[in-house]
Amino acid sequence: MHYSFDIERGNFTDAGHASASVKRTLKQLNVEPASIKRIVVALYEAEINAVAHAYGGKIDVEIDPEKIVMIVADEGPGIPNVDLAMTEGWSTASPKVREMGFGAGMGLPNIKKNTDELKIDTKIGVGTTLTMTVYLNA
Amino acid sequence: MNSSRFVLYLYDKNQIDNPTIMKIKEIAKLLDGRILGCQDNFEMEFHKAFSSDLMSDVLKVSFDDTLLITGLCNNQTMRTADMADVSVVIIGRDKRADEEMLELAEDSGITIIESPYSLFKISGILFSVGIMPLY
Repeated sequence: MHYSFDIERGNFTDAGHASASVKRTLKQLNVEPASIKRIVVALYEAEINAVAHAYGGKIDVEIDPEKIVMIVADEGPGIPNVDLAMTEGWSTASPKVREMGFGAGMGLPNIKKNTDELKIDTKIGVGTTLTMTVYLNA
Repeated sequence: MNSSRFVLYLYDKNQIDNPTIMKIKEIAKLLDGRILGCQDNFEMEFHKAFSSDLMSDVLKVSFDDTLLITGLCNNQTMRTADMADVSVVIIGRDKRADEEMLELAEDSGITIIESPYSLFKISGILFSVGIMPLY
């Protein structure tokens, strides 16, 4: 099963829409609740990151019986130092993002914690693509 | 007695042997609160609570039988609650959920309790009647 969602820059009203939709689908598929939570937390953090930092982007979600692969690809500034971005507490978020309850430098660490595989492809001035995999019934 | 020993004493006496279990209407009454959003959770029982305005911290913890207490009052509060499997969000500091938040709450099966009290007071009241912290 494949699902796609668009990401609109700075649209905090709709941020989380993709994650909520994926959550409903996984529930209908009777995926184990603990796995659903890991998946949607990772996707939601990635969605918030893209809305907060990028100029737009796309989310592609592929679900099969063994695993779920979520690709969040944005057009944006890229991440200058991935190791630093993976450090809890490091953030370049704007005051607007902080008003929304995020921007404390927890996003990427939370994503890593909740996925089995995380691949970060980033290019300065071009954008960032996160590929997140969670194995079901692992 | 230092504060950590005092907390352990309270757990020993009140929580571990006789955990307090509360339902939404009792909680709302204690907090002078107004119940909004999903009306299907009234029989659910809660004995723990977690207070945070930082949604990434909310996403890090497990919310079985647990109330979320927050002063953050926007759409992302409801989205985060949905992702974190939170059933009841207590919004403090006399903030009001808007129509979009109420719609998200109903779609996600989340009950909102609006309270005029500060987060410290809400947490203190619930702690004093035996609601436990997550850690």
